[in-house]
Amino acid sequence: MTSVLTTIELGKRYGRRWALADCTLEIPAGHVAGLVGPNGAGKTTLMNLAVGLLAPTAGTIEVLGTRPPSSPAELARVGFVAQETPTYATLSVADHLRLGAHLNPTWDAALADRRIDQFGLDLRQRAGKLSGGQRAQLALTLAVAKRPELLILDEPVASLDPLARREFLQGLMESVAEHGLTVVLSSHLVADLERVCDYLIVLAGGRVQLAGVVDELLSSHHRLTGPRRDFRTLPPGQEVIQASHTERQSTLLVRTDAPVLDPAWTVEHVGLEDLVLAYMGAATETDHGRRPALAVRR
Amino acid sequence: MIEFHLDTRSGVSPYLQLVHQVRRALRLGLLQVGDQLPTVKDVVARIAINPNTVLKAYRELEHAGLVAARPGIGTFVTKTLADGSVASYGPLRQDLQRWLAKARRAGLDDDSIDALLQDTFRSATRQVVA
Repeated sequence: MTSVLTTIELGKRYGRRWALADCTLEIPAGHVAGLVGPNGAGKTTLMNLAVGLLAPTAGTIEVLGTRPPSSPAELARVGFVAQETPTYATLSVADHLRLGAHLNPTWDAALADRRIDQFGLDLRQRAGKLSGGQRAQLALTLAVAKRPELLILDEPVASLDPLARREFLQGLMESVAEHGLTVVLSSHLVADLERVCDYLIVLAGGRVQLAGVVDELLSSHHRLTGPRRDFRTLPPGQEVIQASHTERQSTLLVRTDAPVLDPAWTVEHVGLEDLVLAYMGAATETDHGRRPALAVRR
Repeated sequence: MIEFHLDTRSGVSPYLQLVHQVRRALRLGLLQVGDQLPTVKDVVARIAINPNTVLKAYRELEHAGLVAARPGIGTFVTKTLADGSVASYGPLRQDLQRWLAKARRAGLDDDSIDALLQDTFRSATRQVVA
Protein backbone atom coordinates (compact mmCIF):
# COMPACT_ATOMS: atom_id res chain seq x y z
CA MET A 1 0.00 0.00 0.00
CA THR A 2 1.45 3.38 -0.95
CA SER A 3 1.24 6.18 1.55
CA VAL A 4 0.04 9.71 0.91
CA LEU A 5 1.68 11.23 3.95
CA THR A 6 4.85 10.02 5.62
CA THR A 7 6.60 11.80 8.46
CA ILE A 8 9.76 10.75 10.26
CA GLU A 9 10.56 12.33 13.63
CA LEU A 10 8.88 15.47 12.37
CA GLY A 11 8.97 18.48 14.69
CA LYS A 12 7.97 22.13 14.61
CA ARG A 13 9.09 24.60 17.23
CA TYR A 14 7.75 28.10 17.86
CA GLY A 15 10.32 29.88 20.03
CA ARG A 16 10.89 27.48 22.92
CA ARG A 17 7.64 25.61 22.47
CA TRP A 18 7.41 22.43 20.40
CA ALA A 19 4.00 22.42 18.71
CA LEU A 20 4.80 19.03 17.20
CA ALA A 21 7.56 16.73 18.38
CA ASP A 22 9.04 13.46 17.21
CA CYS A 23 6.03 12.71 14.99
CA THR A 24 6.46 9.52 12.96
CA LEU A 25 3.45 8.63 10.91
CA GLU A 26 2.34 6.94 7.72
CA ILE A 27 -1.11 7.47 6.23
CA PRO A 28 -1.91 4.87 3.54
CA ALA A 29 -3.61 5.92 0.30
CA GLY A 30 -7.31 5.32 -0.30
CA HIS A 31 -8.42 6.07 3.23
CA VAL A 32 -10.38 8.79 4.91
CA ALA A 33 -8.09 9.43 7.83
CA GLY A 34 -9.27 11.23 10.96
CA LEU A 35 -6.83 13.28 12.99
CA VAL A 36 -8.05 13.76 16.53
CA GLY A 37 -6.55 15.27 19.66
CA PRO A 38 -7.04 17.95 22.29
CA ASN A 39 -6.52 21.64 21.51
CA GLY A 40 -2.85 22.39 21.04
CA ALA A 41 -2.03 18.78 20.18
CA GLY A 42 -0.34 19.83 16.94
CA LYS A 43 -3.07 18.90 14.45
CA THR A 44 -3.11 22.22 12.61
CA THR A 45 0.68 22.40 12.67
CA LEU A 46 0.90 18.92 11.09
CA MET A 47 -1.59 19.90 8.37
CA ASN A 48 0.17 23.18 7.61
CA LEU A 49 3.46 21.28 7.33
CA ALA A 50 1.80 18.80 4.96
CA VAL A 51 0.61 21.48 2.55
CA GLY A 52 3.88 23.40 2.65
CA LEU A 53 2.59 26.46 4.55
CA LEU A 54 5.12 25.73 7.29
CA ALA A 55 8.65 24.37 7.13
CA PRO A 56 9.69 21.71 9.68
CA THR A 57 12.20 22.47 12.45
CA ALA A 58 13.21 18.80 12.67
CA GLY A 59 12.64 15.55 10.82
CA THR A 60 11.19 14.96 7.37
CA ILE A 61 7.78 14.95 5.75
CA GLU A 62 6.72 13.53 2.40
CA VAL A 63 3.39 14.14 0.69
CA LEU A 64 2.37 11.91 -2.24
CA GLY A 65 5.94 10.65 -2.43
CA THR A 66 7.70 14.03 -2.60
CA ARG A 67 8.47 16.92 -0.29
CA PRO A 68 5.45 19.10 0.57
CA PRO A 69 4.07 20.80 -2.55
CA SER A 70 5.49 24.10 -3.80
CA SER A 71 5.29 24.14 -7.62
CA PRO A 72 1.88 24.58 -9.34
CA ALA A 73 1.99 20.99 -10.66
CA GLU A 74 2.59 19.65 -7.14
CA LEU A 75 0.01 21.95 -5.58
CA ALA A 76 -2.62 20.71 -8.02
CA ARG A 77 -2.38 17.25 -6.45
CA VAL A 78 -3.29 18.43 -2.95
CA GLY A 79 -6.50 20.16 -1.87
CA PHE A 80 -6.56 22.04 1.41
CA VAL A 81 -9.39 23.63 3.37
CA ALA A 82 -8.03 25.57 6.34
CA GLN A 83 -9.80 26.04 9.68
CA GLU A 84 -13.06 28.03 9.57
CA THR A 85 -13.39 27.18 5.83
CA PRO A 86 -12.10 30.58 4.62
CA THR A 87 -13.56 32.27 1.52
CA TYR A 88 -13.29 35.82 0.16
CA ALA A 89 -16.17 37.69 1.82
CA THR A 90 -16.62 40.34 -0.89
CA LEU A 91 -16.40 37.95 -3.85
CA SER A 92 -19.51 36.21 -5.18
CA VAL A 93 -19.89 32.45 -5.51
CA ALA A 94 -19.40 32.85 -9.29
CA ASP A 95 -16.19 34.86 -8.66
CA HIS A 96 -14.86 32.03 -6.51
CA LEU A 97 -15.50 29.53 -9.29
CA ARG A 98 -13.79 31.78 -11.86
CA LEU A 99 -10.85 32.18 -9.49
CA GLY A 100 -10.66 28.41 -9.05
CA ALA A 101 -10.73 27.87 -12.83
CA HIS A 102 -7.90 30.39 -13.38
CA LEU A 103 -5.65 29.23 -10.58
CA ASN A 104 -5.93 25.46 -11.01
CA PRO A 105 -4.61 23.65 -14.10
CA THR A 106 -6.79 20.60 -13.38
CA TRP A 107 -10.04 22.49 -12.65
CA ASP A 108 -13.23 20.46 -13.25
CA ALA A 109 -15.83 23.16 -14.07
CA ALA A 110 -18.66 20.68 -14.61
CA LEU A 111 -18.10 19.17 -11.19
CA ALA A 112 -17.99 22.60 -9.53
CA ASP A 113 -21.22 23.72 -11.25
CA ARG A 114 -22.98 20.49 -10.32
CA ARG A 115 -22.04 20.78 -6.64
CA ILE A 116 -23.01 24.46 -6.43
CA ASP A 117 -26.34 23.56 -8.00
CA GLN A 118 -26.86 20.56 -5.71
CA PHE A 119 -26.37 22.67 -2.59
CA GLY A 120 -28.63 25.42 -3.90
CA LEU A 121 -26.00 28.17 -3.76
CA ASP A 122 -26.85 31.41 -5.57
CA LEU A 123 -24.01 32.30 -7.96
CA ARG A 124 -24.50 36.05 -7.43
CA GLN A 125 -24.41 35.82 -3.63
CA ARG A 126 -21.34 37.24 -1.92
CA ALA A 127 -19.47 34.67 0.17
CA GLY A 128 -19.69 36.98 3.20
CA LYS A 129 -23.49 36.68 3.11
CA LEU A 130 -23.55 32.87 3.00
CA SER A 131 -24.46 30.80 6.06
CA GLY A 132 -21.69 28.84 7.77
CA GLY A 133 -22.87 25.63 6.14
CA GLN A 134 -23.03 27.17 2.66
CA ARG A 135 -19.59 28.73 3.05
CA ALA A 136 -18.19 25.34 4.08
CA GLN A 137 -19.80 23.74 1.01
CA LEU A 138 -18.29 26.45 -1.21
CA ALA A 139 -14.83 25.91 0.27
CA LEU A 140 -15.19 22.13 -0.17
CA THR A 141 -16.36 22.59 -3.77
CA LEU A 142 -13.29 24.68 -4.58
CA ALA A 143 -11.01 22.06 -3.03
CA VAL A 144 -12.73 19.08 -4.72
CA ALA A 145 -13.11 20.70 -8.17
CA LYS A 146 -9.35 21.00 -8.58
CA ARG A 147 -9.49 17.17 -8.57
CA PRO A 148 -6.71 16.58 -6.04
CA GLU A 149 -5.36 13.14 -5.13
CA LEU A 150 -5.19 14.16 -1.49
CA LEU A 151 -7.64 16.42 0.32
CA ILE A 152 -6.66 17.91 3.68
CA LEU A 153 -9.38 19.47 5.83
CA ASP A 154 -8.66 21.24 9.11
CA GLU A 155 -11.73 21.02 11.37
CA PRO A 156 -14.13 21.56 8.48
CA VAL A 157 -17.32 21.01 10.49
CA ALA A 158 -16.36 22.58 13.84
CA SER A 159 -18.52 25.68 13.47
CA LEU A 160 -21.49 24.05 11.71
CA ASP A 161 -24.87 23.11 13.17
CA PRO A 162 -25.69 19.37 13.19
CA LEU A 163 -27.71 19.48 9.95
CA ALA A 164 -25.09 21.46 8.02
CA ARG A 165 -22.45 19.14 9.44
CA ARG A 166 -24.23 16.06 8.19
CA GLU A 167 -24.78 17.63 4.76
CA PHE A 168 -21.12 18.59 4.54
CA LEU A 169 -20.02 15.04 5.37
CA GLN A 170 -22.50 13.59 2.88
CA GLY A 171 -21.02 15.81 0.16
CA LEU A 172 -17.51 14.86 1.19
CA MET A 173 -18.28 11.12 1.18
CA GLU A 174 -19.94 11.40 -2.23
CA SER A 175 -16.74 12.93 -3.59
CA VAL A 176 -14.70 10.13 -2.05
CA ALA A 177 -17.02 7.52 -3.60
CA GLU A 178 -16.91 9.19 -7.01
CA HIS A 179 -13.27 10.17 -7.33
CA GLY A 180 -11.53 7.83 -4.91
CA LEU A 181 -9.52 10.59 -3.31
CA THR A 182 -7.65 10.21 -0.06
CA VAL A 183 -8.76 12.50 2.74
CA VAL A 184 -7.11 13.62 5.96
CA LEU A 185 -9.41 15.57 8.24
CA SER A 186 -9.13 16.79 11.79
CA SER A 187 -12.07 17.08 14.14
CA HIS A 188 -13.07 17.11 17.77
CA LEU A 189 -16.29 15.31 16.96
CA VAL A 190 -15.42 11.67 17.30
CA ALA A 191 -18.94 10.54 16.42
CA ASP A 192 -18.53 12.19 13.01
CA LEU A 193 -15.10 10.66 12.56
CA GLU A 194 -16.46 7.21 13.33
CA ARG A 195 -18.91 7.58 10.46
CA VAL A 196 -16.61 8.86 7.80
CA CYS A 197 -13.11 7.74 8.74
CA ASP A 198 -11.64 4.31 8.20
CA TYR A 199 -8.26 5.33 9.55
CA LEU A 200 -7.61 7.11 12.82
CA ILE A 201 -4.69 9.02 14.29
CA VAL A 202 -4.74 10.23 17.87
CA LEU A 203 -2.36 13.10 18.43
CA ALA A 204 -1.73 14.37 21.97
CA GLY A 205 1.09 16.28 23.55
CA GLY A 206 2.60 16.84 20.10
CA ARG A 207 3.00 13.09 19.55
CA VAL A 208 1.17 10.25 17.83
CA GLN A 209 -0.52 8.13 20.52
CA LEU A 210 -2.42 5.75 18.27
CA ALA A 211 -2.75 5.19 14.54
CA GLY A 212 -4.51 2.47 12.59
CA VAL A 213 -7.44 1.18 10.58
CA VAL A 214 -10.63 1.92 12.53
CA ASP A 215 -12.14 -1.57 12.22
CA GLU A 216 -8.93 -3.13 13.54
CA LEU A 217 -8.72 -0.64 16.40
CA LEU A 218 -12.31 -1.37 17.42
CA SER A 219 -11.92 -5.15 17.22
CA SER A 220 -8.65 -5.22 19.16
CA HIS A 221 -9.75 -3.11 22.14
CA HIS A 222 -12.02 -4.40 24.89
CA ARG A 223 -13.35 -3.16 28.17
CA LEU A 224 -12.95 -5.76 30.92
CA THR A 225 -14.82 -5.50 34.19
CA GLY A 226 -14.50 -8.00 37.02
CA PRO A 227 -13.43 -8.58 40.60
CA ARG A 228 -10.53 -6.38 41.65
CA ARG A 229 -7.13 -7.70 40.63
CA ASP A 230 -3.65 -6.57 39.77
CA PHE A 231 -3.48 -6.03 36.03
CA ARG A 232 0.11 -7.28 35.99
CA THR A 233 -1.40 -10.77 36.27
CA LEU A 234 -2.96 -10.49 32.80
CA PRO A 235 -1.75 -12.92 30.14
CA PRO A 236 0.97 -11.66 27.78
CA GLY A 237 -0.42 -9.97 24.70
CA GLN A 238 -3.03 -8.02 26.65
CA GLU A 239 -1.79 -4.45 26.83
CA VAL A 240 -3.49 -2.27 29.43
CA ILE A 241 -4.32 1.18 28.07
CA GLN A 242 -6.38 2.40 30.98
CA ALA A 243 -7.15 0.92 34.39
CA SER A 244 -9.36 2.00 37.24
CA HIS A 245 -10.13 0.18 40.45
CA THR A 246 -12.65 0.38 43.24
CA GLU A 247 -12.28 -1.67 46.41
CA ARG A 248 -13.90 -4.65 44.76
CA GLN A 249 -13.92 -4.09 41.03
CA SER A 250 -11.38 -3.48 38.30
CA THR A 251 -12.21 -1.89 34.97
CA LEU A 252 -9.56 -2.20 32.30
CA LEU A 253 -9.28 -1.09 28.73
CA VAL A 254 -6.98 -3.57 27.04
CA ARG A 255 -5.60 -4.00 23.57
CA THR A 256 -5.23 -7.58 22.37
CA ASP A 257 -5.58 -9.43 19.10
CA ALA A 258 -6.64 -12.70 20.75
CA PRO A 259 -10.06 -13.25 22.35
CA VAL A 260 -10.24 -12.71 26.11
CA LEU A 261 -11.03 -16.13 27.58
CA ASP A 262 -10.76 -15.52 31.32
CA PRO A 263 -14.34 -16.12 32.61
CA ALA A 264 -13.81 -13.70 35.52
CA TRP A 265 -14.06 -10.77 33.11
CA THR A 266 -17.14 -9.31 31.54
CA VAL A 267 -15.92 -8.30 28.08
CA GLU A 268 -17.50 -5.38 26.22
CA HIS A 269 -16.93 -3.45 23.02
CA VAL A 270 -15.28 -0.07 23.31
CA GLY A 271 -16.72 2.79 21.26
CA LEU A 272 -14.35 4.98 19.31
CA GLU A 273 -14.97 7.95 21.58
CA ASP A 274 -13.94 6.03 24.72
CA LEU A 275 -10.95 4.65 22.85
CA VAL A 276 -9.78 8.12 21.83
CA LEU A 277 -10.27 9.50 25.35
CA ALA A 278 -8.32 6.59 26.86
CA TYR A 279 -5.32 7.25 24.63
CA MET A 280 -5.47 11.00 25.27
CA GLY A 281 -5.60 10.27 29.00
CA ALA A 282 -2.66 7.88 28.74
CA ALA A 283 -0.69 10.59 26.92
CA THR A 284 -1.26 13.06 29.74
CA GLU A 285 -0.13 10.55 32.37
CA THR A 286 3.10 9.51 30.66
CA ASP A 287 3.91 13.12 29.83
CA HIS A 288 3.73 13.92 33.53
CA GLY A 289 6.17 11.15 34.34
CA ARG A 290 8.61 11.24 31.52
CA ARG A 291 8.49 14.53 29.75
CA PRO A 292 8.49 17.46 32.13
CA ALA A 293 9.75 19.66 29.30
CA LEU A 294 6.39 19.32 27.57
CA ALA A 295 4.27 20.10 30.61
CA VAL A 296 4.12 23.80 29.83
CA ARG A 297 1.98 23.03 26.85
CA ARG A 298 -1.10 22.03 28.79
CA MET B 1 -34.76 -2.01 -0.86
CA ILE B 2 -33.64 -1.48 2.71
CA GLU B 3 -32.25 1.60 4.43
CA PHE B 4 -29.19 1.49 6.63
CA HIS B 5 -28.60 3.33 9.88
CA LEU B 6 -25.57 3.68 12.09
CA ASP B 7 -25.25 3.53 15.87
CA THR B 8 -22.00 5.31 16.69
CA ARG B 9 -22.23 4.51 20.38
CA SER B 10 -22.35 0.73 20.12
CA GLY B 11 -18.62 0.08 19.72
CA VAL B 12 -19.48 -2.31 16.86
CA SER B 13 -17.52 -1.29 13.78
CA PRO B 14 -19.66 0.44 11.13
CA TYR B 15 -19.11 -2.22 8.45
CA LEU B 16 -20.27 -4.96 10.83
CA GLN B 17 -23.38 -2.93 11.64
CA LEU B 18 -24.25 -2.89 7.93
CA VAL B 19 -23.60 -6.64 7.64
CA HIS B 20 -25.83 -7.29 10.66
CA GLN B 21 -28.61 -5.14 9.22
CA VAL B 22 -28.59 -7.05 5.92
CA ARG B 23 -28.46 -10.42 7.68
CA ARG B 24 -31.33 -9.40 9.91
CA ALA B 25 -33.40 -8.25 6.91
CA LEU B 26 -32.65 -11.57 5.20
CA ARG B 27 -33.65 -13.54 8.29
CA LEU B 28 -36.91 -11.63 8.68
CA GLY B 29 -37.76 -11.91 4.99
CA LEU B 30 -37.52 -8.13 4.38
CA LEU B 31 -34.96 -8.88 1.68
CA GLN B 32 -35.53 -11.70 -0.80
CA VAL B 33 -33.57 -13.32 -3.58
CA GLY B 34 -33.22 -10.89 -6.49
CA ASP B 35 -33.66 -7.76 -4.36
CA GLN B 36 -31.08 -5.04 -4.88
CA LEU B 37 -29.05 -3.55 -2.05
CA PRO B 38 -28.65 0.25 -2.08
CA THR B 39 -25.71 1.37 -4.22
CA VAL B 40 -22.58 2.50 -2.43
CA LYS B 41 -23.16 6.07 -3.56
CA ASP B 42 -26.74 6.01 -2.23
CA VAL B 43 -25.67 4.71 1.17
CA VAL B 44 -22.83 7.21 1.37
CA ALA B 45 -25.04 10.15 0.41
CA ARG B 46 -27.80 9.10 2.79
CA ILE B 47 -26.00 8.33 6.02
CA ALA B 48 -22.68 10.18 5.47
CA ILE B 49 -20.51 7.10 5.86
CA ASN B 50 -17.18 6.11 4.35
CA PRO B 51 -17.63 4.34 0.98
CA ASN B 52 -14.90 1.82 1.88
CA THR B 53 -17.05 0.77 4.84
CA VAL B 54 -19.99 -0.04 2.56
CA LEU B 55 -17.73 -1.89 0.09
CA LYS B 56 -16.23 -3.91 2.92
CA ALA B 57 -19.68 -4.87 4.22
CA TYR B 58 -20.85 -5.90 0.73
CA ARG B 59 -17.66 -7.90 0.16
CA GLU B 60 -18.22 -9.78 3.39
CA LEU B 61 -21.83 -10.54 2.43
CA GLU B 62 -20.64 -11.68 -0.98
CA HIS B 63 -18.03 -13.90 0.63
CA ALA B 64 -20.78 -15.47 2.74
CA GLY B 65 -22.66 -16.24 -0.48
CA LEU B 66 -25.62 -14.03 0.41
CA VAL B 67 -25.27 -11.39 -2.30
CA ALA B 68 -23.55 -11.02 -5.66
CA ALA B 69 -22.24 -7.88 -7.33
CA ARG B 70 -23.11 -7.29 -10.97
CA PRO B 71 -20.51 -4.83 -12.21
CA GLY B 72 -22.02 -1.52 -13.26
CA ILE B 73 -25.51 -2.47 -12.07
CA GLY B 74 -25.45 -3.14 -8.36
CA THR B 75 -25.42 -5.74 -5.64
CA PHE B 76 -28.24 -8.29 -5.48
CA VAL B 77 -29.45 -10.81 -2.93
CA THR B 78 -28.72 -14.39 -4.00
CA LYS B 79 -29.71 -16.31 -0.91
CA THR B 80 -32.16 -15.83 1.89
CA LEU B 81 -31.72 -16.73 5.53
CA ALA B 82 -35.44 -16.87 6.16
CA ASP B 83 -36.35 -20.51 5.33
CA GLY B 84 -35.66 -23.37 7.71
CA SER B 85 -34.62 -21.29 10.66
CA VAL B 86 -37.91 -19.36 10.82
CA ALA B 87 -39.85 -22.62 11.16
CA SER B 88 -37.88 -23.48 14.27
CA TYR B 89 -38.52 -20.04 15.81
CA GLY B 90 -42.00 -21.07 17.06
CA PRO B 91 -41.02 -23.98 19.31
CA LEU B 92 -37.86 -22.20 20.51
CA ARG B 93 -39.89 -19.14 21.40
CA GLN B 94 -42.32 -21.35 23.38
CA ASP B 95 -39.40 -22.88 25.32
CA LEU B 96 -38.11 -19.41 26.05
CA GLN B 97 -41.52 -18.20 27.19
CA ARG B 98 -41.82 -21.19 29.56
CA TRP B 99 -38.33 -20.44 30.89
CA LEU B 100 -39.19 -16.74 31.36
CA ALA B 101 -42.31 -17.65 33.33
CA LYS B 102 -40.18 -19.94 35.50
CA ALA B 103 -37.61 -17.18 36.08
CA ARG B 104 -40.37 -14.74 37.11
CA ARG B 105 -41.82 -17.30 39.52
CA ALA B 106 -38.33 -17.64 41.02
CA GLY B 107 -38.49 -13.90 41.76
CA LEU B 108 -36.16 -12.51 39.04
CA ASP B 109 -36.91 -9.03 37.74
CA ASP B 110 -36.29 -7.93 34.14
CA ASP B 111 -32.75 -6.72 34.81
CA SER B 112 -31.76 -9.95 36.54
CA ILE B 113 -33.20 -12.00 33.68
CA ASP B 114 -31.30 -9.90 31.16
CA ALA B 115 -28.04 -10.20 33.13
CA LEU B 116 -28.47 -13.99 33.43
CA LEU B 117 -29.26 -14.34 29.72
CA GLN B 118 -26.28 -12.22 28.65
CA ASP B 119 -23.95 -14.00 31.02
CA THR B 120 -25.06 -17.49 29.92
CA PHE B 121 -24.91 -16.47 26.27
CA ARG B 122 -21.40 -15.14 26.69
CA SER B 123 -20.03 -18.15 28.57
CA ALA B 124 -21.65 -20.51 26.04
CA THR B 125 -20.12 -18.54 23.17
CA ARG B 126 -16.77 -18.58 24.89
CA GLN B 127 -16.89 -22.38 25.26
CA VAL B 128 -17.46 -22.65 21.53
CA VAL B 129 -14.45 -20.38 20.88
CA ALA B 130 -12.24 -22.25 23.36
